[in-house]
Amino acid sequence: MSTTQLETGNPKLATDLKDLAQDIVRRAMSGGATAAECVIREGDEFSTLVRLGQVETLKESGSKAVGVRVFYGKRAASTYSSDFSRAGIDRMLSSALELAKITSEDPYAGIPDPSQFGALPGDLDLYFPDVYSLPGTERINYARRTEKAALDYDPRIKNSEGGSFDAATGHKILANSHGFVGECRRSYCSIAAVPIAQTESGAMQRDYWFSVARSLSRLESPEKVGTIAAQRTLRRLGARKVKTAHVPVVFDPMVANSILDHIFEGVNGDSVYRGASFLAGKLGQKIAGDSVNVIDDGTMPGGFGTSPFDGEGVPTRRTVVIENGVLKSYLLNSYSARKLGLQTTANASRGLAGTPGIGPGNYFLQPGTKTPQAIIAGIPEGLYVTEFLGHGVNLVTGDYSRGASGLWISGGELAYPVEEITVAGNLKEIFFNIFEIGNDLEFRGAVACPTIRIDGLTVGGE
Amino acid sequence: MDKNRFFFQHYGLNERDLERYLAAALSAGGDYADLYFEYLSSTSLMVDESMVKSASQGISAGCGVRVIAGERTGYAYTDDLSRERILHAAHTAALIASGPAKTPTVGFQEKPARSLYPVTLPSVDAEITAKVELVMRADSAARAYDRRIKEVRASYADELRHILVVASDGTFAEDSQPLARMNVSCIAKTDASSARGSSGGGGRVALDFFFGEKTPEYFANESARQAILQLDAREAPAGEMEVVLGPGWPGVLLHEAIGHGLEADFNRKQTSAFTGLIGKRVASEKCTVVDNGTMPWRRGSLNVDDEGQPTQNTMLIEKGILKGYLSDKLSARLMGVSDTGNGRRESYEHIPMPRMTNTYMLAGEEDPQDIIHSVKRGVYAVNFGGGQVDITNGKFVFSASEAYLIEDGQITAPIKGATLIGNGPDVLTRVSMVGNDLKLDEGVGTCGKDGQAVPVGVGIPTIKIDRLTVGGTAKKDVSSFMQ
Repeated sequence: MSTTQLETGNPKLATDLKDLAQDIVRRAMSGGATAAECVIREGDEFSTLVRLGQVETLKESGSKAVGVRVFYGKRAASTYSSDFSRAGIDRMLSSALELAKITSEDPYAGIPDPSQFGALPGDLDLYFPDVYSLPGTERINYARRTEKAALDYDPRIKNSEGGSFDAATGHKILANSHGFVGECRRSYCSIAAVPIAQTESGAMQRDYWFSVARSLSRLESPEKVGTIAAQRTLRRLGARKVKTAHVPVVFDPMVANSILDHIFEGVNGDSVYRGASFLAGKLGQKIAGDSVNVIDDGTMPGGFGTSPFDGEGVPTRRTVVIENGVLKSYLLNSYSARKLGLQTTANASRGLAGTPGIGPGNYFLQPGTKTPQAIIAGIPEGLYVTEFLGHGVNLVTGDYSRGASGLWISGGELAYPVEEITVAGNLKEIFFNIFEIGNDLEFRGAVACPTIRIDGLTVGGE
Repeated sequence: MDKNRFFFQHYGLNERDLERYLAAALSAGGDYADLYFEYLSSTSLMVDESMVKSASQGISAGCGVRVIAGERTGYAYTDDLSRERILHAAHTAALIASGPAKTPTVGFQEKPARSLYPVTLPSVDAEITAKVELVMRADSAARAYDRRIKEVRASYADELRHILVVASDGTFAEDSQPLARMNVSCIAKTDASSARGSSGGGGRVALDFFFGEKTPEYFANESARQAILQLDAREAPAGEMEVVLGPGWPGVLLHEAIGHGLEADFNRKQTSAFTGLIGKRVASEKCTVVDNGTMPWRRGSLNVDDEGQPTQNTMLIEKGILKGYLSDKLSARLMGVSDTGNGRRESYEHIPMPRMTNTYMLAGEEDPQDIIHSVKRGVYAVNFGGGQVDITNGKFVFSASEAYLIEDGQITAPIKGATLIGNGPDVLTRVSMVGNDLKLDEGVGTCGKDGQAVPVGVGIPTIKIDRLTVGGTAKKDVSSFMQ
């Protein structure tokens, strides 16, 4: 099969792919579409895993793919392909045009108004070629050092699932028949360690830690990451069960994120217009405690959720979702906005196929003033959760019941590890019962949350 | 070698090319190299608010090259199947080894393979209008079930995956793998409450499956039934209690609690809670558990795995004794055990690893009614959302989407989303009764491991677990519930 001349490393790449995207849109229009949108994504990835000091896997590759969405009036369909040959692209276009004929007339279908298109200026600190600057042996060394720091930390760390170094770059192009064309490059690198600790009786525990950054220069040191991974693993050794109890629960930032995810799902415009969210119809109402302020901001330079434009070509923005406990805004793409009679919040997410979904920018809970230690110190008996297992959350009803492990709080201190317990409640009450918010907000991804204390939950055990 | 030869026909590949690519992959030494060619075409449709709002089709193709040297794996892939790009990928993967070039075995050997899903007209090529009919019928049926059903989403998705695996040990295997599924989700509402239900199914089947065996109405009614039932559900109890699992999808317990812990990679690295337990008792003697990739039409079945090895029916636990692990080529070689044909991967972009196929417990002798009657106070769980396991400490969790209280041997009220949590290596030791009603799930399971998703099946007869932790929200404590 022949291919186009669009290979990685060609300095004219950006222009070429932008031209190609616009050309595909033009061809969709001349094929009879009333509106069209094309997305092209390409990416490179490198990953290495070192286990017990030995290289276990090395992976290096690149790929690209193209998707098109076409409209016949109020009917829409989409197709995608990894075949960039002329024949491949023709086939993709003709099947999209055919497919659009069988979908239903949807009065709300369409791409955003021309007045809404645009992109934030500048590169937003999203792309750093240095993620690929390390020579092969140095990359392996990063992974090896991360694992070694964990293995050397304590003799009870006897095994490991390894240390890793990953790097990736991505490039996306979006063009539509209203004249929008935008592109965005992003880079990413990370190191991680997954040590395993063992007691004398042979019981094992595993945990992990990682650092992720857009630039190699911003990555934390392998030694720091490996050490934290070891500490997180060791503190789980000797975990026991607890009796069923109603006690305050402190969520460490990694698991507190999940509470923020549930709010996201609740304000997701797609769930709201369907009435599939327990937060539907609550705009302007109190849905959480006074101290709860939730922000979505797709514009933060260097952020993991930053993009100059969303999946429909609308410039990203900062949206206050919850202010002092009051629901101020849903998060919307243009379709859900039209359904609800509102404006898009530029949260459209676009894969290669299908209709755009709704995704977060940099989405976070504003930090409070107390340190995590001070929050724990105020609790005579309680649970500090460090890991959730399973998916027991019902967003229609708000019912919440998850498997958990962590540490038991006794006399204001972390006393001993616990596991095989459940944490249950209802999200409608949980948000009101966010009793304290820590000062430790830190972005390790697009969603970030400080330590939080939630009261009124049922901790299920023996 | 007279099969359809998809990649030979469509990409002009020939055996000489394949030998050249493998030689490039072993140009810096190594013990083994393989090539995985994949061509995947897929269709999906979704109806929401009684409108077909989304329709999409797509094609992806590529080749992954793997080189193994000792315990080291080098991997590279390309989505461009030109000679230059495949050779480039082969040379990149070769960098894992450092030594003199090795020569692959000359002449490929194709093993006779099963034909578990012989589809004459793959659904991906069938008329799109027939698929539209399926989702629209599901929508109407769900809405007609009860006027409290307010929202319905029905989706249909199918794919056809052509694969070719060739390896330096002479392996040559081709397969064409159809996969189709329907899903219906409903929301029921009254002034007082709302609830959701969902149902779905399919397998490696043709489109006619959904016009005969399992119709859109079947899935729609089941989804609507669950949503209506949940409207009146009570809060679930919390604490340890007797739990009865219904037949079919609750087999996800085996998948989480047992299956992952028996995947050979974890045991080779000694990171599984099941490490070193072969020959030991890990379940009551009523429990026999297998992983069977050879069931016709099943979602988790494969004629050959993604390393070209024929799948098989593997005994995992026999009458309570741990018998074996699920292995791929790498684990089999390094552990000195046989390859059970469980080397699977999500796509050409991914390195294969040991994965489950269809994992289920064989039927026992008990009448399911007797099992329920034997419980004084407990939970009867018949449907689950999904589950998760930490294979190192063995702890697993799964969430019931349809469950009931059992009081004095009778099923009484439905309860809301209860989570069940336990410890893999000992949960099956507490199985005191096994029903005669083994059922496989409807064909909706997708398993994730290391970020790779693959279709799987699960199954179980009705079983009773004497003690399991249930995580509910009921404010009264367990003791008052148990009285």
